[in-house]
Amino acid sequence: MIAYLLRRLGQSALVLFTMAVLVFLAVFALGSPVDMLASPDADQAERDALAARFGLDQPLPVQFAAFLGNALQGDLGASFVYGKSALAVIGERLPATIELALLALTFSVMIGVPLGVIAGLRPKSIAGRAIMSTSIFGFSLPNFWIGMMLILLFSVYLGWLPAGGRGPTTEVLGMQLSITSLEGWRHLILPALTLALYKSSLVVRLCEAGTREIVTQEYIRFARAKGLSSFRIIWLHLLKNMMIPVITILGMEFGAMIAFTVVIETVFAYPGMGKLLIESINRLDRPVVVAYLMVTTVIFVLINFIVDLLYVALDPRVRLGGPNE
Amino acid sequence: MMAVTNSVVAPALSVENLSVTFQTRKGPVTAVNDVSFHVNPGEVLGVVGESGSGKSVTGLATMGLIDAPGRVSAGRVVLEGRNIAGVSDRDMRGLRGNRIAMIFQDPISTLNPVLRIDTQIMEAITAHERISASAARARAIDALRAVGIPSPESRLEAYPHQFSGGMRQRVAIAIALLHRPAVLIADEPTTALDVTIQVQILGEVQKLAAESGTALVWITHDLSVVAGLADRIAVMYAGRIVESGTVAEVLTAPRHHYTAGLIASVPSRNRRGQPLAQIPGSTPNLANMPSGCAFHPRCSVSSEICSTTLPPLLHDPSGRFMRCHHPRQGA
Repeated sequence: MIAYLLRRLGQSALVLFTMAVLVFLAVFALGSPVDMLASPDADQAERDALAARFGLDQPLPVQFAAFLGNALQGDLGASFVYGKSALAVIGERLPATIELALLALTFSVMIGVPLGVIAGLRPKSIAGRAIMSTSIFGFSLPNFWIGMMLILLFSVYLGWLPAGGRGPTTEVLGMQLSITSLEGWRHLILPALTLALYKSSLVVRLCEAGTREIVTQEYIRFARAKGLSSFRIIWLHLLKNMMIPVITILGMEFGAMIAFTVVIETVFAYPGMGKLLIESINRLDRPVVVAYLMVTTVIFVLINFIVDLLYVALDPRVRLGGPNE
Repeated sequence: MMAVTNSVVAPALSVENLSVTFQTRKGPVTAVNDVSFHVNPGEVLGVVGESGSGKSVTGLATMGLIDAPGRVSAGRVVLEGRNIAGVSDRDMRGLRGNRIAMIFQDPISTLNPVLRIDTQIMEAITAHERISASAARARAIDALRAVGIPSPESRLEAYPHQFSGGMRQRVAIAIALLHRPAVLIADEPTTALDVTIQVQILGEVQKLAAESGTALVWITHDLSVVAGLADRIAVMYAGRIVESGTVAEVLTAPRHHYTAGLIASVPSRNRRGQPLAQIPGSTPNLANMPSGCAFHPRCSVSSEICSTTLPPLLHDPSGRFMRCHHPRQGA
């Protein structure tokens, strides 16, 4: 286990380093921030002074070393727009997005797994066919369109739910959370549902395929021959086997939801990380973009690690550390 | 103890005119056709046939485990005097694993890979009895010990992949016999195992079934297994039982030409050096069954009538029967 953790840590460090190189080079290729920071009427001497202040007159490897050194100390630069640390800016937005993504993930599992299992158990029934064909819509309809339709229905016509924004927040463990209040939920439910509709279509299809394969397995037949109830066979024997591949996909999807909910957060004017990314790109707030990319990389690495741990919990044949242990 | 009594023993299981039909794109296919057999308490019936002869489907149909597109299209399955063909799912679940149990061919895939052994044994106990967890656990340990698993207490928390194939089949047998069922259907449970393990498992099941008075239906393609284990034998071909009788009668003096062919194709020390006899041709496709007697295209003595008319059941006074227009005379 310890060997596994160490190896995993090494791999993660490598991923982060690679990402840092890529991000740094990409940003460097975009041109010098001096053009943006200096006033239009600044002369060359002023521009040089500005470049020297930010270390932009140094050769590329030196600049990269400085960037890496600062990054290792948790300093990814200060936002041009907000005038404070880029990480702090992201940290303020992160809870909003995590809240949204977690809720969407929960919805997609709660909707997708039961429907997928039903469709997999009765592939020829009307319900099974209806679920599978509806899931194609969930796949192919664009996310932003579904979001706008939901706003139209629930906010404009029915007036039940707010059209956008985030509800009031309270501080929980140092994070500003809105799921603590009913008003917060009222704001969360539409964007979460929109995100979840697409994801649950994916989960439905995964679960349907998994169920259809697993019900033909001999251990399911033996479980029936033992006289177990269908409930137990489905909820224990089938589900535990079926969730193994589903967990992997859900992990990736969860990471993607945190990192790239740009569209949904824009449609719902939701002050999360995705919206921050778009704003920062528009305002050329480079430190925030860089910090954003680094933070999402860390999040992906973390989620993959959690998925690995879940694997071990679900499948006893998987041992962390590989064949050497 | 073994005194012969004249009173008629009620069979533990009696299958009467059972047919199983599968709905396919090309129309209905009858995998099991008008099959009847019975097995008495403590008795061992060997059901022999090649792949595709319908022997496994017969076993599943008896358990009520035929899934769509298949269904039991005719016949009765009488377990301990009660017809269980077509009873509700709920009633059938109460019987399965309790009064009638089944073990399967491939021990590697019979146990759920992600559940611990104790979970899989204890759930089979609590499915049929209201019993505390600790009592169920004690029963599970006893059951494992009874099938010859060493230090069962420490093996309970293991997962199936930590057991060998033979050990997994022992666990499956332990589970099947938990409630001392009236009938155990064994669908080729030793086929996937090494020969030495096969013999051990055979002996184990035979002993345990005898102890609990369980009637055993042993489905196999291996005549030598049946020869050493069964009291009576039923030979299946293309979905029908073509011959049935005591093991001694059928194996020493087969009346059906298919049975004779099967026996001749088993390698034997007595015929060393001679070429093995083969039955010409191959088993018929169930969707495209020959008319009359399904065996006639491969039979050496077939005549006009064999290709047109299904042979009726011929009964011997001894209780032996066969389906053949030209039965072989006793050897």
